Amino acid sequence: MTAARPAARAVAERVRDPELPVLTLADLGVLRDVTVTGERVLVTITPTYSGCPAIDEMGADLRRALTAAGYADVEVRTSLHPAWTTDWITDDGRRKLAEAGIAPPQRVGPRAAGPIPLTLTPPPQRVPCPRCGSSRTAELSRFGSTPCKALRRCEDCAEPFEHVKEL
Amino acid sequence: MNVYDGLTAGDSGDAHWAFGTGFTEPLAGIDRDVPSGVDRADLTAYALMLGDDALVASQLLAAWTSRAPELEEDVALANIALDLLGQARLLLTRAGEVEGRGRDEDALAHLRAEHEFRNVHLAEIDCGPSRMGPSAPGRDFAATTARLLVFSSWKLALFARLRDSADPVLAAVAAKAVKELTYHRDHAARWTVRLGDGTDESHRRMRAGIERVWPFVDELFTAHPVETRLAAAGVAVDPAELRSEVDGVLDEVFAAAGLERPAPVPVATVAGRAGRDGVHTEAMGFLLAEMQHLHRSLPGAVW
Repeated sequence: MTAARPAARAVAERVRDPELPVLTLADLGVLRDVTVTGERVLVTITPTYSGCPAIDEMGADLRRALTAAGYADVEVRTSLHPAWTTDWITDDGRRKLAEAGIAPPQRVGPRAAGPIPLTLTPPPQRVPCPRCGSSRTAELSRFGSTPCKALRRCEDCAEPFEHVKEL
Repeated sequence: MNVYDGLTAGDSGDAHWAFGTGFTEPLAGIDRDVPSGVDRADLTAYALMLGDDALVASQLLAAWTSRAPELEEDVALANIALDLLGQARLLLTRAGEVEGRGRDEDALAHLRAEHEFRNVHLAEIDCGPSRMGPSAPGRDFAATTARLLVFSSWKLALFARLRDSADPVLAAVAAKAVKELTYHRDHAARWTVRLGDGTDESHRRMRAGIERVWPFVDELFTAHPVETRLAAAGVAVDPAELRSEVDGVLDEVFAAAGLERPAPVPVATVAGRAGRDGVHTEAMGFLLAEMQHLHRSLPGAVW
């Protein structure tokens, strides 16, 4: 039986994000570790935001996929540290987001220590429109349909679109 | 241990996702030992202080859903409330495990009495939305904006330092929360400028909002003995250290908004005791009655 099962990591990597189903959990960068010890699979995931409600759904989907693949003993753990950043979204994930009409985040790099500067005026951000490619786009709302997305509009094709905001 | 365990036992968690399920190991992968030389009761109390601030602030922000001036703002405030709720869950979970009496996040949130809550008064005061009739200055969206501006500026300065806490759990929660609070503070600051620098009416209401919250500002920078002891141990942040940084941020916002920082108002206490000691304002009883009602009336309810 063991020999016929697909590798646990491969199964876990194919599970999709419940809120951004164009991405797998691996694309999103929330799948942190998969270890198999004997019959037991331990999967570690990380939340995008502290209050992300999708984290429980992700755990349930992982358990369901691994159980269907023949793993009876599956545990999913949520780990906070180090904190998730949008920089962990893979290149493949960024391409899939753009293809689905969602602008991917820009790279933010590591945060500096010390006081965090206030940003009173949103810096001009070059977020190209995922539909027509125009760079003339404006933010409508910093907070969108899920914690990780902002709402923007293209000033050329006039279409609104979502943007995975940098974290 | 979790009051919902009975309802979810044997279930893979697929049917429920709102709360009380599947979040059993939120602190996995972090060293959860209490740092040596740190008093467990102090660390429990400190995690409750931070967790209660976030929980109570979240509860009141969520009340704006469907009541904000525009749809985008409903969504924004709900998102901010959700971030704060997530932070509260992690902090209350830490308080419960350090306490060691088997209380989880739900027991701490829903089964404590008012005098056991340790949040600052700023988090609990009524800044609207008005439950009856038209909103009044000081109980409206501008007052909520003023509260969010002060609260998130203070919390961000605090959590930026707490990233270096000797308690690895508090450090990890803070590292995550800092990114979220940065968005919250920017959001409140931009609204403060938009209202303060807007029409005569919006300016008047923004100013009334700031006056509404100002009597509760000094408490934010007054160290409780638990904070003083834990700051000496490298676990906590002495809130008095935050004042100049927070004042600097607020002054920058107020200058852009055409507003002035009001004169300091001494902390109102009862025999020297305030929110961190479990002494609360009139608003707290109403807030808890609403927040705890469902859990107390229907123990173990799930969505």
